[in-house]
Amino acid sequence: MTQLTINEVKRHAGLARLAMTDAEAEMFAGQLDDIIGFANVLQEVDTDQIAPMTHPLPLYNVLRKDIPTDALDREEMLESVKEHEAGQIKVPTII
Amino acid sequence: MTLFEKTATELQSLLHNREISVKELTEESLARIEKMDGKVQAFLSTNGEQALAKAEELDKQPLEGRGPLFGLPIGLKDNIVTKGIVTTAASKMLEDFVPVYDATVVDKINEAGLVTIGKLNMDEFGMGSTTERSAFQTTHNPWNLDYVPGGSSGGSAAAVAAGEVAFALGSDTGGSVRQPAAFCGVVGMKPTYGRVSRSGLVAFASSMDQIGPITRNVEDNALLLSAIAGLDPKDSSTSPQAVPDFRAALTGDIKGLKIGVPAEYLGEGISPEARNAVMEALKVLESLGAEWEEVSLPHSKYASPVYYAISSSEASSNLARFDGIRYGYRAEGVKNLEELYSRSRSEGFGDEVKKRILFGMYTLGAAHHEDLYVKSQKVRTLIAQDFATLFEKYDVIIGPSSATTAYKIGGKIHDPLALYANDVLTVPINLAGIPAISVPCGFSDGLPLGLQIIGKHYDEATLYKVAHAYEQATDFHTQTPVIWEGK
Repeated sequence: MTQLTINEVKRHAGLARLAMTDAEAEMFAGQLDDIIGFANVLQEVDTDQIAPMTHPLPLYNVLRKDIPTDALDREEMLESVKEHEAGQIKVPTII
Repeated sequence: MTLFEKTATELQSLLHNREISVKELTEESLARIEKMDGKVQAFLSTNGEQALAKAEELDKQPLEGRGPLFGLPIGLKDNIVTKGIVTTAASKMLEDFVPVYDATVVDKINEAGLVTIGKLNMDEFGMGSTTERSAFQTTHNPWNLDYVPGGSSGGSAAAVAAGEVAFALGSDTGGSVRQPAAFCGVVGMKPTYGRVSRSGLVAFASSMDQIGPITRNVEDNALLLSAIAGLDPKDSSTSPQAVPDFRAALTGDIKGLKIGVPAEYLGEGISPEARNAVMEALKVLESLGAEWEEVSLPHSKYASPVYYAISSSEASSNLARFDGIRYGYRAEGVKNLEELYSRSRSEGFGDEVKKRILFGMYTLGAAHHEDLYVKSQKVRTLIAQDFATLFEKYDVIIGPSSATTAYKIGGKIHDPLALYANDVLTVPINLAGIPAISVPCGFSDGLPLGLQIIGKHYDEATLYKVAHAYEQATDFHTQTPVIWEGK
């Protein structure tokens, strides 16, 4: 059975861009261990000759005509943006 | 007593004879919410003014050309985006998010003349089965306020059960329409994957998410699915298959219907009450001319782990869009862009959501991609094949919608693995992409039980036919909770 370390949890949290304290990482380590253990039962299934199912429907290359339509309104969209100026979204200094 | 004890067809004839107006129906819904929702807490928000204004407009429309759902009030699960109306997915992340467009199902219910009354509570982003994972409030089961309504569409099922609205829409990724419908004694349909557009549904697991109707009876459910289904250029997974008039399937004739009853759905982990209710229901169906046999879905026990691995993987990808920049919660006092992302996400998401994102990251990571993610996809193939094999011989598959009746509030939330294990009756259907409906089939200690009828791809018509025949031969759907009368 896997024993996730706090550092492993924090590494995954970093990849998912989730800030995490050691205490939180410890809590999630225990919970994730439980789920991973729960999923271990899958190893007993023989799937050597089985193709993975990626989607419930056999769909290939669904296309549509490229017809211009009205785009969403910029002013309306900016109403959900916390900080913006002159139609531009503001973020903290990058460089 | 409430008007919403009546069926859509009965309400339509009242509207037609000018005995009531759309405005009065809307007022009835709002008054009912005012009276009941302090206890039930199904609604996260209501939009009374807009609803009444729309009702007045609708009342001016001529009687000719009105459809079967014209003027009736509906509530929407709060992960269905509504232009100009806050849509939260019950997450702090979207607490003040005002969408700039309507979901396709919202366009369709508007075309049908339904009046949107408000937005309904749910587990955050659909991740849960009790509605206790909402960031904002706990919804109570109208049949017993100490119990959960189920989830994740718990608000939708509770609002219909409490008679606050005639209809609701929920969404079902692993049972989130059927299980709360069962817990609240109402009818809930998870349509075939691809039957209803997901455009404007806040994404959880895109290969399984599907919007479905929750109503007090089967006919209303069939009418609502006919209204919201169909091909949508905005969702490339929607089917070009024609949408039948599902009401036409409600003939009552199920003579010669072949039913498979999986041993795995009545065995270990299923309460005696749920098992007995299903056995009684089979007797009713037999008396109507159907035949049933015990069958096997041998990979059932793997469905829950497969579901959690795949749905968490898809969720970790889907929820990457919440970056604190373009919309949604934004952390304050950050030093740089990286911190803006990680603090906004950490402060905006609840623990269950974070756990699923972490499990998804783990599942998709290079170290476990083969033995967990791809392995799950392969077992998913086997689960889908189990159903395909049975459907060569049987018209429908029947079992319970849930292993037990509703849980006490606070009772199961600390035992996530027990909750995950309870999903064994519902998640296989989403993995296979097939439709299933839950109809009321009994009570235990005053709490409702649901019968799950599972069908072939795009064969919702047969599910409605069987559900309707069963419903008309029983009286469970006519019973109402004690609080119904405001006691």
